[in-house]
Amino acid sequence: MSGSGLSYSEQGGEAASELAQEVVPTATPSAPAAFGLFSSDTKKNEDLKQMLESSKDSAKLDAMKRIVGMIAKGKNASELFPAVVKNVASKNIEIKKLVYVYLMRYAEEQQDLALLSISTFQRALKDPNQLIRASALRVLSSIRVPIIVPIMMLAIKEASSDLSPYVRKNAAHAIQKLYSLDPEQKEMLIEVIEKLLKDKSTLVAGSVVMAFEEVCPDRIDLIHKNYRKLCNLLVDVEEWGQVVIIHMLTRYARTQFVSPWKDDEVMEEYSENNFYESDEEQKEKDQKVKNTYTMDPDHRLLLRNTKPLLQSRNAAVVMAVAQLYWHLAPKSEAGIVSKSLVRLLHSNREVQYIVLQNIATMSIQRKGMFEPYLKSFYVRSTDPTMIKTLKLEILTNLANEANISTLLREFQTYVKSQDKQFAAATIQAIGRCATNITEVTDTCLNGLVCLLSNRDEIVVAESVVVIKKLLQTQPAHHGEIIKHMAKLLDNITVPVARASILWLIGEYCERVPKIAPDVLRKTAKTFTNEDDLVKLQILNLGAKLYLTNSKQTKLLTQYVLNLGKYDQSYDIRDRTRFIRQLIVPNEKSGALSKYAKKIFLAQKPAPLLESPFKDRDHFQLGTLSHTLNSRATGYLELSDWPKVAPDPSVRNVDVAELAKEWTGILGKTKKEKPTEKFYSESEEEEDESSSTSASESDSGSESEKEDKEEGSSDESSGSSSSSEESSDSESDSKESTAKKISRAAAESDSEDIKKKAKGISGKRSPSNSSDTESASSEENSSDSEAESDSKSDSESGKSRNATSSKKEEKTLQDRKAPNKQDVFLLDLDDFCPVTTPVAVPTAAVLSPSLTADLEGLSLSSSSVIDLKKQTMFSWLWVSLRMILVSLLYFRIIIFEAPPKIQLCS
Amino acid sequence: MIHSLFLINASGDIFLEKHWKSVVSRSVCDYFFEAQERASEAENVPPVIPTPHHYLLSVYRHKIFFVAVIQSEVPPLFVIEFLHRVVDTFQDYFGVCSELMIKDNVVVVYEVLEEMLDNGFPLATESNILKELIKPPTILRTVVNTITGSTNVGDQLPTGQLSVVPWRRTGVKYTNNEAYFDVIEEIDAIIDKSGSTITAEIQGVIDACVKLTGMPDLTLSFMNPRLLDDVSFHPCVRFKRWESERILSFIPPDGNFRLLSYHVSAQNLVAIPVYVKHNISFRDSSSLGRFEITVGPKQTMGKTVEGVMVTSQMPKGVLNMTLTPSQGTHIFDPVTKLLSWDVGKINPQKLPSLKGSVSLQAGASKPDENPTINLQFKIQQLAISGLKVNRLDMYGEKYKPFKGIKYMTKAGKFQVRT
Repeated sequence: MSGSGLSYSEQGGEAASELAQEVVPTATPSAPAAFGLFSSDTKKNEDLKQMLESSKDSAKLDAMKRIVGMIAKGKNASELFPAVVKNVASKNIEIKKLVYVYLMRYAEEQQDLALLSISTFQRALKDPNQLIRASALRVLSSIRVPIIVPIMMLAIKEASSDLSPYVRKNAAHAIQKLYSLDPEQKEMLIEVIEKLLKDKSTLVAGSVVMAFEEVCPDRIDLIHKNYRKLCNLLVDVEEWGQVVIIHMLTRYARTQFVSPWKDDEVMEEYSENNFYESDEEQKEKDQKVKNTYTMDPDHRLLLRNTKPLLQSRNAAVVMAVAQLYWHLAPKSEAGIVSKSLVRLLHSNREVQYIVLQNIATMSIQRKGMFEPYLKSFYVRSTDPTMIKTLKLEILTNLANEANISTLLREFQTYVKSQDKQFAAATIQAIGRCATNITEVTDTCLNGLVCLLSNRDEIVVAESVVVIKKLLQTQPAHHGEIIKHMAKLLDNITVPVARASILWLIGEYCERVPKIAPDVLRKTAKTFTNEDDLVKLQILNLGAKLYLTNSKQTKLLTQYVLNLGKYDQSYDIRDRTRFIRQLIVPNEKSGALSKYAKKIFLAQKPAPLLESPFKDRDHFQLGTLSHTLNSRATGYLELSDWPKVAPDPSVRNVDVAELAKEWTGILGKTKKEKPTEKFYSESEEEEDESSSTSASESDSGSESEKEDKEEGSSDESSGSSSSSEESSDSESDSKESTAKKISRAAAESDSEDIKKKAKGISGKRSPSNSSDTESASSEENSSDSEAESDSKSDSESGKSRNATSSKKEEKTLQDRKAPNKQDVFLLDLDDFCPVTTPVAVPTAAVLSPSLTADLEGLSLSSSSVIDLKKQTMFSWLWVSLRMILVSLLYFRIIIFEAPPKIQLCS
Repeated sequence: MIHSLFLINASGDIFLEKHWKSVVSRSVCDYFFEAQERASEAENVPPVIPTPHHYLLSVYRHKIFFVAVIQSEVPPLFVIEFLHRVVDTFQDYFGVCSELMIKDNVVVVYEVLEEMLDNGFPLATESNILKELIKPPTILRTVVNTITGSTNVGDQLPTGQLSVVPWRRTGVKYTNNEAYFDVIEEIDAIIDKSGSTITAEIQGVIDACVKLTGMPDLTLSFMNPRLLDDVSFHPCVRFKRWESERILSFIPPDGNFRLLSYHVSAQNLVAIPVYVKHNISFRDSSSLGRFEITVGPKQTMGKTVEGVMVTSQMPKGVLNMTLTPSQGTHIFDPVTKLLSWDVGKINPQKLPSLKGSVSLQAGASKPDENPTINLQFKIQQLAISGLKVNRLDMYGEKYKPFKGIKYMTKAGKFQVRT
């Protein structure tokens, strides 16, 4: 453990590790004059002690402020521990807070004395004020004293069932602290985590998932039952929690769903059957869809609920969603994240750096995603070098036949950049473009040759190296360039470039038979002054020439070999010996020398010019490991998609809870309460005149309603064709949701559920007063669509049309309703279901979280509202006309509700 | 998650440290100093530095490095975004975020940091909530506190933390109820040698300063919402309402906040409001070069261009410049080779220009690259994309607020290649 490094001595004397850097001594209290040299310091601490012991709060506060100042500067204040700890029970809240700060810093070093404070915290844990309870738990769990582990465990357990979600949130944090203090407690802590995962409060969700990730990331089974809840809560969770949850869900989804990236009939069949084994009518439909992949509705739920988060102001959330889409979404859908990622490029330098790295990895695999944003990656001269190189990398990845000419023009500017490191990187990039796009190889090569006359040496050297690589790919007709480069040899001093030229001449010495020996002659003269790298290439050149043109170069080569024999570098001496044995025939040379020519002048494969980001893709995007390109401690591997999806029913919540979530559907299907009612009612809200149709449908038979539905939807669909398209595209996933539900319905008892529904409708009230977020309302619409689906499924084949048209209608209403009703606090579609008991599930999904949020507050206000609402329900049953009235009524409640609730706190 | 935080100033002193878990010795920063040395400039220091046992993630703002120490895998943006939020909070609390300010308010800084993170995981990062927990220091309050003995620390849990509007504090009261919105657009552009636009885009933000009593519910609608291509919202904005109606509907936080940032769709052609005529030439034979810049307005919709500032990084071979501006002042720093010219307002009748000669290092060959010119300017009362706010309505409260909307266009990264 980390604490072990810090020594702890009886009298609280010397904290050795700190002393190593600090000049301030920690004299033992008993012998303050021990270090005469530092007596002034001790004296200073002495007066701090006096101030702490004074009866005046202001003196204490001053002392504490000075002590905190010392801590902040990294000075050791541990000797004041006894004096400080006495004030832990101070009435003054600021003194108390500062004492907490001190305790968290030094308790680990002074464990015995720290124990003195424990009883204060234990008392505070029972305080009626939730802020005090929470902060007591925070400090208690932060002081890292192993002896109090059992006390902490008890406190955490108690706090995890606290009424206040804020205290429960702190309990979730405390879990991680206790775990790092004593890993032995794991099993018990997992139990607490399991309990807190079930918590419906958005406040708790992020923290408990964090604890889960830290304590037991492999216990995927704990997530199953909470998966849907987490997906639905996600939008309402605070931003930091969102990041953690999204990363966890990414890993979860990879283990639970099958890959959406390819069609696999077998898997598909399997899941379909699983849903419908009992439903005969579905079989027909199955036949039709069998050949296409259908996404697990839960998989779709995750994708749908994370999408709005792309609009978050928090770059970390956007990146988290982007990586989720990259790793989980069908390839066709991943594109939606690129726009948001490009937006992040206008952020700070550090954010840019990370985002560009991730884009670089993405752009290697799927060019198309970022092609439209090519110009956003153009380099500015004011960018820091690391940003420049990353942008260049992306531009190179995005290069294709269509945009290469623009890009090359842009590169021309970069080559002239004052930042030479960047200019060199640009030349590399040009080289890569040239090999990747054969159309422009010649153009690039010519451009690079022009650069050979550049005044800057680094640029020239880099060009030489790149040209060498390019020539290797198509050596056939470039004698001229090689000649040109041979001439350059006199002026270039950069070793890599010289070595490259020599290698080129050696390799293609037969193409430039006149020049090559001359080059050897020149370099033999300068051999002793060359860099090792160049010397090796001179030897190579000599050997190759000896083999092809021994008449002219025999003596020269031997001269070079002799020079090499006595070189300082053993590497070169080694190479010399090896070459001599191989090429110069003598009685000792073995069979190998016969093959010398083959060995030296073998066809060599052209080097591949690859992106340095090529190998990063095996790390999950957006992680630290990806940024560093090496496994960071605690990196959790993203598993491959399973071949066969694990049983999706594990995510079904057991009857009682299931009822909470899906009551409406179940209750309705049993009662034969027509689905259409939901629509007709909401339609009525939208258009008063159509209220008659609603009442008709209420009494009429199923098929009539179906017709009615179609008719009305036709009318509305005419006005908004755009909404149709959008709903169509999503219809697939919704179907499957519906299927799942119908199965669930078959399983469960309707009576039970109806009861539940009532309970929930009562509970739901606070949700009205709240600002409903998009996720819950989205859930709304999908639920209701699901209802209609399940209905129509059980009817004839034509229902397919009806379903989709219903959806259109629904979306249309979503859009229109708020306009007309002029509702400000809530979107109308959020509470239009409230007007009818049929729509209970929608609210039920969102209400638990909100009610839980408000649990800490008094419940009385909500129960008042409950009452109001229940009476209202009875009206609704009487006459649908009354809906309008009730709507007005609702509006009043809505406006009054928020202040009421706040007052209660 | 975040283990410790070190604040390091420009001269490499650690002037504040805070630990949320066990203490990490400050010697871990040596790895950071090493990296800092390797990178020639502050902004080239890599944001992520691995060390044998820890990882150092840093952001550089206001000439201070904020270095977070972490021990295991964590999304790097999570930490970076958080550090930026810390800086923003300091700025919000103290007006400026500087070493001096932090040192002066070290206790408040410590208390704030304590509230922002628990065990390295962000706890309260909304400035409205933090300000309720720990009141920002003001002169008045300091005086009152010393007399009455009251404290800066709130003893109630901010109700916002629990309510469904966690960003707004409760019990807000003002005698003057006002809501101001600033639509600020920035043009990022690269102009090439011949004056044609290589790339230009508009980024905009709407910053708000809302001082309204109670729980107001605002809606803001635009004349032309279609212009907004990609948007990101403050959490208070109801996303659904925007999706369906293109209306911003929200319960605002109290005080200053960024309501929205947006990107104007790339299809719209960006009107470039200024042009730069330049003639910069170095001759091979002589050690003198010519330098001439003229800045003029273009497509400004009749508004004046103000606050014009031209900066340019000269090549290394330049020794000195003798220039005469027709208006404003100019400075050339012979060490960093940075030329800056503070132009001020552009008068369309008499265009500002800067002319003169450049003396080059004797004997050295002429620099083969021409410097790029960076431009800054401001245009008041104009949103260059043409975005217009239609109306602002308030519901939920009875009083009539004072509403104000201001437009401004600025240069973002505006660069002219020569």
